[in-house]
Amino acid sequence: MKEFRLKKREKNNSSDTAFHIINILLFGIFTIICIYPFYYLIINTISANDLSAGGEINLIPQGIHFENYINLLQIKGLGTAALVSFGKMIIGTTLTVIASAFLGFMFTQERMWKRRFWYRFVVITMYFNAGIIPLFITMKNLHLTNNFLVYVIPTIVQPFNIILVKAYVDSLPKALQEAAEMDGAGIFKIFCKIILPTCTPILATVAIFSAVNQWNSYQDTLLYITDQKLYSLQYLLYTYINQANSLAAMIKNSSGGAISAAVLATKQTGTSIRMTVSVIVVLPILCIYPMFQRYFVKGIMIGSVKG
Amino acid sequence: MKNANTVVPSYKRKNEWRAYTYFFWIVPFLILSFLFSYFPLHGWIYSFFDYKPPRSLSQCEFVGLQWFTMLFTNKTQLSQLFQVMKNTFAMSLLNIAASFIPVVFAIFLNEIKCKWYRAFVQTFTTMPNFISWVLVYSVAFSLFSSGGMVNSILQQLGIIAEPLKFLDSDSHTYIWMLMWNVWKTLGWGAIVYLASIAGIDQEQYEAASIDGANRFQIMRNITLPALMPTFFIMLMLSIANFLNNGLDQYYVFQNAFNKEHIQVLDLYVYNIGMTGSSYSLATAISMLKSIVSVVLLTIVNVVSKRVRGETII
Repeated sequence: MKEFRLKKREKNNSSDTAFHIINILLFGIFTIICIYPFYYLIINTISANDLSAGGEINLIPQGIHFENYINLLQIKGLGTAALVSFGKMIIGTTLTVIASAFLGFMFTQERMWKRRFWYRFVVITMYFNAGIIPLFITMKNLHLTNNFLVYVIPTIVQPFNIILVKAYVDSLPKALQEAAEMDGAGIFKIFCKIILPTCTPILATVAIFSAVNQWNSYQDTLLYITDQKLYSLQYLLYTYINQANSLAAMIKNSSGGAISAAVLATKQTGTSIRMTVSVIVVLPILCIYPMFQRYFVKGIMIGSVKG
Repeated sequence: MKNANTVVPSYKRKNEWRAYTYFFWIVPFLILSFLFSYFPLHGWIYSFFDYKPPRSLSQCEFVGLQWFTMLFTNKTQLSQLFQVMKNTFAMSLLNIAASFIPVVFAIFLNEIKCKWYRAFVQTFTTMPNFISWVLVYSVAFSLFSSGGMVNSILQQLGIIAEPLKFLDSDSHTYIWMLMWNVWKTLGWGAIVYLASIAGIDQEQYEAASIDGANRFQIMRNITLPALMPTFFIMLMLSIANFLNNGLDQYYVFQNAFNKEHIQVLDLYVYNIGMTGSSYSLATAISMLKSIVSVVLLTIVNVVSKRVRGETII
């Protein structure tokens, strides 16, 4: 009897182990599927360009060189696009963080005239939109098309961010503000001296979300910008990808003659340009993401409770 | 003050004054909100005109409901719209059908007891959610275009002679789009469920294992039911957004070959409005879309209130 039970447990254990191994393996595979594309892009940009264009670099970089990144500086328009992208990320994020903090705080002030109505007025805009054509016409009438401001002004008031901040301020003890009021502090002083410092965690969440959104958005360029000087990096990358085929074909045709291998290895191809720009575009995200992961998680948690 | 000459206790007057100043400070933001969310709605009147861009609206012909009737009577228009609706429904239904995957992902990830491995998996599977669709397309292009990694490996191994066309062909467009979406959002979507799992009372698990329940029974009878409320909200939200597939994903993957099956409603509106034939027709379609969406949201809200006693908005 004893022996039998022992055997049974052993059998359980082995099926248990099998389960764990399969489970760990499957998650490992999916994680690799998530990482590998980025790795693939990076190793191809630092490998010899003739090899990478031939699709021969899959696991290990070969013929390492950094010409691609140096040569990028010569590509016209890339510098301005990077500037535009950084500019809209920094300015847009700053503006929306300030606005979300202030509005989120103000909407907790019960003494405000028709507070509930105005709160709804702002939040309800999450659930409808006029559609891209009316939006385009509106932007045009406001002279925002082909204007840098179109990147940063319409994104200032973000209902979702306001909900996040408001929920956070609501959870703070009321006594904090009351004590300050006793001491004669005005609403702005309370906002700057008390609310802003205590709300840093949630404001960091808001900041990181809107920074990522600003960096990643290309629809704003697509819809409202035709002036190449105002292209964002994302949009530029999109145009590069679409040109890559013809670009690569052109380069192939012209390189029929005898060109030394050394030149070929660092010669720009459509593939190398496309991949290098991709890495430039994804690098900021890859760098900041691990550091700020907990803010992302915090953001979605509060959002899912409240939204 | 209007009622300054009536006798009002001074503290009350002060409060009233404060109520208005508080309001006054948020007015600039209310104006922004109005300008970019409410004001554009006036653009819907363009759908009742034959609007030709360089001209102003007053110079354009008022056509009444012509665009709307054309949508539903003109044969080519109707068949086009039918195809677009088919795509929209297919993509939305597939995405809804796939919405159980994050739940499974979370439940099984929770079975991994090794902490650093879990953190590792979680960190790297959420990452694709934070890159743009343009970059996803760039990745797709690097891996699956005719000179891309997959094709060159298959060719080197001699499995195929001619490169397979993954991107510039119209086969399995729905499935491809679904796969990219799952790849991008799976890890992120699972986070909500992982948090819910962390909130489950551990005593339930202990009690169950003492009663001799095996791993899968525990998953089915304890973990899964605990995740259902969150799943329900997510499901309701995706139903409310049934017609809003968004432009981002489909625009970047669109090309001349897959256009027929990739054009969801949002992309269709963009294509005929911004690049093609008619502002007015596009506005008419997006107006109908918005109205249907609001109706869907209302229905979902009512259902949610019935089922869990709480609204979604």
